[in-house]
Amino acid sequence: MNFWVINTLNGLSLAMILFLLAAGLTLIFGLMRIINMAHGSFYLLGGYIAISAIRLTGDFGTGALLAVVAVAVVGVIVQRLFLARLYKQEMPQALLTLGLLFIVADFAFFTWGGDPLLVPEPRLLQGGVRFFGVVYPLYRLFLIAWGLATAIFLWAFLERTKIGAIVRAGMDDEEMVRGLGINMPLVFTAIFALGAALAAIGGVLGGPLLGMFPGADFEVALLAFVVVTVGGLGSIRGAFLGSLLVGLVDNFGNVWFPQLSLFTIFVPMVIVLALRPTGLMGRV
Amino acid sequence: MKPLDIRNLSRNFGGVRAIADVSLALEAGERRAIIGTNGAGKTTLFNVVNGQIAPSSGEIFLFGENVTQVPLHRRATLGLARTFQITSLFRNLTVIDNMIIAVQALTPAHFVFWRRLAHYRDVLDRAEALLEKWRLTEFRNEVVRNLSYGTQRQLEIVMALAGNPRLLLLDEPMAGLSAAETHLATDIILNLDRGITVLLIEHDLAAAFKIADKITAMDQGRIVAEGTPDEIRQESSLQKIYARGGVRPEVSS
Amino acid sequence: MTENRWGLWSAIAFVLIAAALGGAIPSYDTGLLTQMLIYGIFAMSLDVLHGYTGMPSLGHAAYFGLAAYVTAICTLKLGWGFAAAGSAGIAASAIAAALFHLLALRTSHSYYLMITLAFSQVLWSLAVSWTDVTGGDNGLPGVMRPHIGLWSLGSTVGYFYFVLAIFVVVAAMLYIFVSSPLGYALRGIRDNEMRMRALGYHVWAYKYLASIVSAAFAGVAGELYMFLNSFVSPSTLSVTVSAQVLMMILVGAAGTLFGPVLGAVVFVLLQYVLSTYTDRWLFVIGVIYVLLALYAPQGALIYLRDRLKARRRSLG
Repeated sequence: MNFWVINTLNGLSLAMILFLLAAGLTLIFGLMRIINMAHGSFYLLGGYIAISAIRLTGDFGTGALLAVVAVAVVGVIVQRLFLARLYKQEMPQALLTLGLLFIVADFAFFTWGGDPLLVPEPRLLQGGVRFFGVVYPLYRLFLIAWGLATAIFLWAFLERTKIGAIVRAGMDDEEMVRGLGINMPLVFTAIFALGAALAAIGGVLGGPLLGMFPGADFEVALLAFVVVTVGGLGSIRGAFLGSLLVGLVDNFGNVWFPQLSLFTIFVPMVIVLALRPTGLMGRV
Repeated sequence: MKPLDIRNLSRNFGGVRAIADVSLALEAGERRAIIGTNGAGKTTLFNVVNGQIAPSSGEIFLFGENVTQVPLHRRATLGLARTFQITSLFRNLTVIDNMIIAVQALTPAHFVFWRRLAHYRDVLDRAEALLEKWRLTEFRNEVVRNLSYGTQRQLEIVMALAGNPRLLLLDEPMAGLSAAETHLATDIILNLDRGITVLLIEHDLAAAFKIADKITAMDQGRIVAEGTPDEIRQESSLQKIYARGGVRPEVSS
Repeated sequence: MTENRWGLWSAIAFVLIAAALGGAIPSYDTGLLTQMLIYGIFAMSLDVLHGYTGMPSLGHAAYFGLAAYVTAICTLKLGWGFAAAGSAGIAASAIAAALFHLLALRTSHSYYLMITLAFSQVLWSLAVSWTDVTGGDNGLPGVMRPHIGLWSLGSTVGYFYFVLAIFVVVAAMLYIFVSSPLGYALRGIRDNEMRMRALGYHVWAYKYLASIVSAAFAGVAGELYMFLNSFVSPSTLSVTVSAQVLMMILVGAAGTLFGPVLGAVVFVLLQYVLSTYTDRWLFVIGVIYVLLALYAPQGALIYLRDRLKARRRSLG
């Protein structure tokens, strides 16, 4: 019983980190048709900057906030200065973000070195909690709660606010929304920044768990891509479901078949795509 | 044997009945024009006959064969060819390459990958001959996207003829053409071999009446009238349809 | 009929020059030439898929690395001979592509891009974690080059001429492939799939064949690469490799078959020159990608050619 509780919770905590990335990735694609190869870079920068910022300020909260804001700013710059010029050109956009991925990866290696670094857990969230008969790290529970809160927030944002409606309409027919006089370029930038910020939060919160190291961007981004492919491009709900699926499968897979690693994720991915090529909740 | 026999064809999109219970039959060598306002279901009908969309109900017979379940690319082998309302050529390839691809499609060579195309003189010769017949040779090495709109429309029709079709579906061939170009296109269609049965969608009523032996009028997914050009001209209900659609029939009689 | 005459003659010239230089230049440079040829094959294989058929792949390293691993494993762990192990590697890549594309061909463009990436990453992670078979992060060293009759592939020059011979054979085969009726059909598919279907082409079958052929030749390159270094590691399956070969066909001219070979030559030279001056190699690739994306997504050669044409037009 303990085994199931612990591992399900572990899978859920991983799922929430993935969700933070997948949500941004799927929003960015759904609205702007951009495959952001550099999404993992936002995660990486978020984690690394947080490490430095926390070291500097001595406080987790401030450091985290600084990191997220910094990455959001980077996102705005990338989108405004570069991606916006390649409006509607899918392949060049993917190439550009691929270039960015390498640039950031090298910059990170240069700045923070090759050894794995840990984002320090905030003191408030250290320790364990009695939960279903086991003592489970409070931090992980917080992570799960945060992920759920983000999901609800995003849902509310999309379904209940005016801007959310604009975003949803934009995903369906972006030219039409432009024609209604809405400043789509601004919406684009805002959503891209939101995606980058979410990824950065993923890096900050996931950092204590997974650590920051060269290649973390690739590894996490890959999982996020699998999530988005499985969940369906453009769907937050799909990203959530996909995250749960991938997080749990990856975790249990690593427990039962450690030698097979990512291969265990491939199986549900194949099954889902075989049945629904556009993903569980794909709308495009 | 009828080239095309459509029986009780319907196609729904969600709650919208794009075509509803349409039945239509063509005789060999016939020239039939389908007219109607925008949204009448004409292009949807073409898309179903062509195989791009599956019908919700009903059956389609091509030259006596039930093709309702047959995939799109196989209908071409039965002698069906089609042009598109929005020009659908290989824009980044040259005119001659466009023709070659069209010509080789239904030949035995189409899947050969162990021999260069240069070896297949019959394909190359036929491609050049078609260009010559339709006076497109001067554009042979031009990349399609650099051609004028009218020339592209012309190439569109010629490509559809490349496979020696027995049934030709023309989707608004006159769309966007100037008066002179329309004249040219009308002549091309009129001079098509009577071995080819032609079904066309056209908004330009003058052209449609000139080309067609028989006319089918559609409105809101249904056939509302069918007859010779003269009969259709007298049909008072159609004037209303065109008025409702905001279109003035440009019939010069 | 448009054919790549310019490219063909350049390729022939390149081969002849390389053949002449091969034994005469310092050993390290011969090694570089060998690399160029190997990457040239790799780039041509991707061009068939991406440049000609229009299927954008970010996971081509999968077939490159898979063949390398299978050949290494067959040689080291099963004791197979050169020919058998080599064939097994190519077959593995071809079969992997055949199985994968049963699924992948249900997707297109963006989805296809992501799913090819995912596939190669999955293989990569398999290589890293299945240490019993693949040696994990350390890879599989010690795969020696054999003798073919009296021809020793063990020497740098000997191996160079072997690779050159393979290059010529591969280039000839692929040249016929892209110049064939099927090759023309692939171009049509890249340009307008719906039109192809309306014309009567069974598009799926064409894409399927293109993906298998492309994978098989990527496998050839992968094996040659493995034997060059006598070593295979997970890095052969990495995104970096997929991105590099993509860059080669972009620097060259996608869809011209021999343009990508030029891209491969440029890449090897660039890598060599840059690595002697800086460690920031990855950074430079990134910047090149950004520049290519912004200014020449069809390929640097095409960008240059169009610029030259425009200049000529404004001058003449």
